[in-house]
Amino acid sequence: MSILVLAEHHNGQLAASTAHVVGAARAIGGDIDLLVAGENVGGVAEAAARLDGVARVRVAENAVYAHQLAEPLAALLVELADEYSHVLAAASTDGKNVLPRVAALKDVSQISEIVSVESADTFKRPIYAGNAIATVQSSDPLKVITVRTTAFDAVSEGGAAAIEALDFIADSDLSRFIGEELAQSERPELGGARIVISGGRGMGNGDNFKLLDGIADKLGAAVGASRAAVDAGFVPNDMQVGQTGKIVAPDLYIAVGISGAIQHLAGMKDSKVIVAINKDDDAPIFQVADYGLVGDLFEILPELEQKL
Amino acid sequence: MKVLVAVKRVIDYNVKIRVKPDHSDVDLTNVKMAMNPFCEIAVEEAVRLKEKGVATEIVAVTVGPKATQEQLRTALALGADRAIHVETDERVESLTVAKLLKGVVDEEKPDLVILGKQAIDTDNNQTGQMLAALTGMGQGTFASEVAFGEGVEAGEVRVTREIDGGLQTVALKLPAVVTTDLRLNEPRYAKLPDIMKAKKKPLDTRTPEALGVAVSSGLELLKVETPAERKGGIKVGSVDELIDKLKNEAKVL
Repeated sequence: MSILVLAEHHNGQLAASTAHVVGAARAIGGDIDLLVAGENVGGVAEAAARLDGVARVRVAENAVYAHQLAEPLAALLVELADEYSHVLAAASTDGKNVLPRVAALKDVSQISEIVSVESADTFKRPIYAGNAIATVQSSDPLKVITVRTTAFDAVSEGGAAAIEALDFIADSDLSRFIGEELAQSERPELGGARIVISGGRGMGNGDNFKLLDGIADKLGAAVGASRAAVDAGFVPNDMQVGQTGKIVAPDLYIAVGISGAIQHLAGMKDSKVIVAINKDDDAPIFQVADYGLVGDLFEILPELEQKL
Repeated sequence: MKVLVAVKRVIDYNVKIRVKPDHSDVDLTNVKMAMNPFCEIAVEEAVRLKEKGVATEIVAVTVGPKATQEQLRTALALGADRAIHVETDERVESLTVAKLLKGVVDEEKPDLVILGKQAIDTDNNQTGQMLAALTGMGQGTFASEVAFGEGVEAGEVRVTREIDGGLQTVALKLPAVVTTDLRLNEPRYAKLPDIMKAKKKPLDTRTPEALGVAVSSGLELLKVETPAERKGGIKVGSVDELIDKLKNEAKVL
């Protein structure tokens, strides 16, 4: 077996998620290659080559791949796919955008967001917002898979894989990059943070999220939000934790003013320890919380920040 | 401009699901069904494009057994002009649905196809991307804004996408595929007179055979289980007690 893992990178940095996808690839077994596609990605390729278990890093360095647009990136993956039994990517917005396109072009199914590897062709994945776990077996000659990165341990560093340049350019006139607005934050990424503190509708407005910021700074935590808080315009979409937002599984998750809708629980219920702070004693979030504190968040948060 | 909008019948998002005792699947007998929420957003976007004078005709399409016509009637009540039902009783996965939708695209030749980004049953998030691949179209997935007209070149659509780091905007050559994210719009409810009128709107039926698509699957569903349930813990009485528990009992601080 041979596995191609699509490396994820942002601003010239290899994303932490890639080491988790390599972890999933190792669970499948076989030779593992990484594909780095982008512009000015020499540093990304070097970081990728250090990941344990990677045999080869293949680098497609070209402006057409600069923004990870699905059309050229899928064409590149299709060009390489015949050399592999599996193609893997993180179940991130990049991975979810491109891999189904690759699968369709190869006329095979795609398996979304696996959480465990049972064998080289059998995988578990959550369905119905994580309220059921399906075991699926693929009979396709090529397995195209996105990986829920929180479900697999990251491989460590220490490898020294060969780096090889690819000269295939998949130019496409179907799409053009116009621009992007990326959130700027000094805090850790939501997906990889050891501690996450999230606010919900109970925060009242966007300004009040500052109450979470102070605690996050003290704990080195990432700040998240429920869908209700994002829909209400309190905070931007990239902070949403849930079925259709980001899936997190930190050591400690602190839910503040979040009632605990099914779709939010789907995004955080694999956290090791969950704390809920809510004024409603009956809020469903308390059913999954290890420690619940009933009360007014506007009194509790300043006290918590001061005492930490 | 003609807009094709695809909808899916799924378990109502308020229903708590049950796994069948034999673990073969989720039990859907006597369960309330509804249009997938992301598909409602897709229909709403198509209707708004028509209200703005951008779209001239909206065709709604679904794949599934006879009962899925209920969701097509909902789409018609919300503003679709006509509907196409691709009828099959078999379990169809995303790739098959994409192939069937390609058959409809080949017949209808829409300028824009709008789908929900994922269905809340299988949570696959695949069909739109696959349809774009099969039809050779560009794709604007996870859309929070779909723009035509001012500032957008003729023959293109500009799509703002919700991505992990924030927002990305792309221009796609038409025809193109767009999949909807939550913040694209807030869907309206169908009004009673429109529900009555929708019953008279045209609804055509196709079969997979007529569209030249074999319903097959590369994936076998071996088992469906209920995940390990997380047990609720304790309530603490104060901030001091909370910090003490996190430090000394859970040891996460």
